[in-house]
Amino acid sequence: MRDNTVLEMTGIDKIFPGVKALQNVDFSLNKGEIHALMGENGAGKSTLIKVLTGVYEKDGGHIYLAGQEKEVQIKSPQDAQNLGISTVYQEITLCPNLTVAENMFIGRTEGVIQKWGWMNKRTNEILKSLDIPASATQQLDTCSLAIQQMIAIARAVDMDCRVLILDEPTSSLDEHEVEKLFKLMRDLKAKGVGIIFVTHFLDQVYEVCDRITVLRDGRLVGAYDIAELPRVKLVAKMLGKEMDDMADLKGDAVSFTAQENSVPVYEAQGLCSNAGIKPFDFHISKGEVNGFTGLLGSGRSESVRAIFGADHVTGGKVKMKGKEVKIHEPIDAMKNGIAYLSEDRKGDGIIADLSVRENIILASQVLKGPLKPYSKSEQIRIAKEYIDLLSIKTASTETPIGSLSGGNQQKVILARWLLTHPEYLILDEPTRGIDIGTKVDIQKLVLKLAGEGMSVTFISSEIDEMLRTCSRLVVMRDGKKVGEIQGEDLNQESIMKTIAGGEEE
Amino acid sequence: MFKKESKTGAVTNKKSGLSDTNALLVITLVIFVLMYTGAITILGGQFTKWQTFFNILNGNAYLIILACGMSIVMICGGIDISLGGLTGLVTVACAVYLDEKGGSILVSVGIAICIGLAFGIVQGFLVAYLDIQPFIVSLAGMFFARGLAHIIRSAPFNVASETFNSLKETRIYISFLGSVNKKGVFVPAYIEIGVIIAICVAALMFMMMKWTRLGRNFYAVGGNRHSALMLGINVKRTKFLSHIICSLLGGLGAYVYFLHIGSGSGSNASGAEMDAIASSIIGGVMLTGGVGNIMGTFFGVLSLATIKSIVSAAGFNDPWWTNITVAIMLCFFLVIQSVVMARKKKAAKK
Repeated sequence: MRDNTVLEMTGIDKIFPGVKALQNVDFSLNKGEIHALMGENGAGKSTLIKVLTGVYEKDGGHIYLAGQEKEVQIKSPQDAQNLGISTVYQEITLCPNLTVAENMFIGRTEGVIQKWGWMNKRTNEILKSLDIPASATQQLDTCSLAIQQMIAIARAVDMDCRVLILDEPTSSLDEHEVEKLFKLMRDLKAKGVGIIFVTHFLDQVYEVCDRITVLRDGRLVGAYDIAELPRVKLVAKMLGKEMDDMADLKGDAVSFTAQENSVPVYEAQGLCSNAGIKPFDFHISKGEVNGFTGLLGSGRSESVRAIFGADHVTGGKVKMKGKEVKIHEPIDAMKNGIAYLSEDRKGDGIIADLSVRENIILASQVLKGPLKPYSKSEQIRIAKEYIDLLSIKTASTETPIGSLSGGNQQKVILARWLLTHPEYLILDEPTRGIDIGTKVDIQKLVLKLAGEGMSVTFISSEIDEMLRTCSRLVVMRDGKKVGEIQGEDLNQESIMKTIAGGEEE
Repeated sequence: MFKKESKTGAVTNKKSGLSDTNALLVITLVIFVLMYTGAITILGGQFTKWQTFFNILNGNAYLIILACGMSIVMICGGIDISLGGLTGLVTVACAVYLDEKGGSILVSVGIAICIGLAFGIVQGFLVAYLDIQPFIVSLAGMFFARGLAHIIRSAPFNVASETFNSLKETRIYISFLGSVNKKGVFVPAYIEIGVIIAICVAALMFMMMKWTRLGRNFYAVGGNRHSALMLGINVKRTKFLSHIICSLLGGLGAYVYFLHIGSGSGSNASGAEMDAIASSIIGGVMLTGGVGNIMGTFFGVLSLATIKSIVSAAGFNDPWWTNITVAIMLCFFLVIQSVVMARKKKAAKK
């Protein structure tokens, strides 16, 4: 290890059943630096951090800490704490039923007796010095989420740590609180603490960080000084596209021109929801395919969830074919001819123990109402029709959907929504985690449906797929709509620039 | 009305300044006092005598001890329904020992404690280290204890040992709290030895839960297991210890029961675990864990026992009436608790 290194991880492997979450990842952290850990969903950031904090045990590789002769074994969060590694997680890991002071000190005091007086006094000092508006004797769940997060940070800071890990700490903080956090981070940096900072917000990375390590698909892409890596390059590295390749990949962009004077199938003005997206305008015409793009956490899924009423809509006007409608809940959207295939197939999509037939019928039956059931023979006929149409590979209509492969499960869910004969179909990451062949099938199907007059919104984290299918892209960043790209401009380079924002090259 | 304070984090807001645990304790105390004064004013008679109150204590000393253990396990997020069975087993084991060996009282206490410890170790290990649901583990424990007790001795029998019986009959008189009987003779009030033990246990456990690290760890684990782990608490060991303490108190409580009733039987204390759960809940312990207070549990036991004596004093001697009243009271407590908690949360959020 070099002298100024405080932490070094080499060749880290972590295998979950069926998935290699981390493969041969190296990471090093210097004293007094703020080091951003970047990557898209599934890149392995969280896994790497959980290996470092002892939540997961690594399957291979070595961890070295400054001042320790041999490599260290971290088997539990306690071990990590004792070695001077403290962590603030995105979700608040404090106990809501205890007081603020207890949360500050629990798990790290000595002796049998709880020293209430000392604890409360010390906590109030810390809270005051960090300017956190809370009192030591208050029960934690009477504080707002942002204050709870600040308390978690205060705890980590007070632990006299050498390595501080901040895993998306800013997602529940407002701008003022983020500023406060950054000041704190800079103070700690000056004291020689190494800070690992995980965030989705590029602005924040360029504001406070010194170095960036990029992960993708469980592999190390590289570690860079911040000055060497402008935003566009960073985005390219995260998405796995080199700038040089981009020119070749332009491909044949799909062109679409709405008929003149046609009324959009769906139109929203100032739509916003409680999931943290700022009001945005959006419209889609008959037969059009468009997409939402942006990095993870940029609000691309939240936008379509707002359209479908899956999150609580807090404002905005919605028109379907020129008529104003109110969409508060998914059932409202379904009645208006909108279908939504969720990003989270396992959580929001399939019902694993029910058969393929039952999974297909589900949404359509809800629309028809419980009093008018499909007869069994009708169900089987419909199920067979869609199994053929989408070439779903299943043993029979009665096979439990859970035993199908991911791609075929996705097709069943797609069939479920097609059966409702929507005018407007929203597909959120329909191609995630499925094989290439099915990916192409789904893309072809999207174009075919659009050809038949359906409006489709298609979201994918793979820009190639979006370019192949969409004629217009809405770009999101930090919960805001930052641009719309269509026609000539629709290519990788302009998309990445818009996603990255900020600086122009 | 709390809007102004909200920006400073509701520090000055007295209502939300009260922690959940303390808010529930206050509810329990208020209801107990109301109930007892109600009984005095409406039913009068025996409730005006101190001895009635002390009889409630005498008859429920064991339950206070069992409920303390139950509360600790529940605060830590678990449950232990083997306590009743454990009590039955201890009475049989101790009775057989005292009768056949004619042995010493001390050894019989040791037997009770050891049985409790054994249950605690096995159940705690299964729950904490093998991650099995505490309900299932203690259900098995309950069946095992009842079964074993009947194998040791199937018919109930009274202990003949003289030293034991003299200890059982020992009364501690509190001369200044007596009452005058019909013949005009002053009869001093008395309590049994078990009451002293129960009060000491409750006080000790109260102090442990409030002022030791272990006690606070119980609250942390019950409040949010995952967070507690992340905060560096050894969650498994904490859960293990909660079962050890619960079952140890179970052994001790069983002995106090034995001392009160003086006989050994596998069917002794049937349903005691349910009484302990009911008392804990009336005392403000939440089934979801993380909230509760041993002092509340103490008054929870007294409330439960008082309800029972009120019902029988009012002339409904059939035990079914007691059960129905307890059921209604339990629901009443829970509704009041949830209403108060919801209002408190609302006030804090504003």
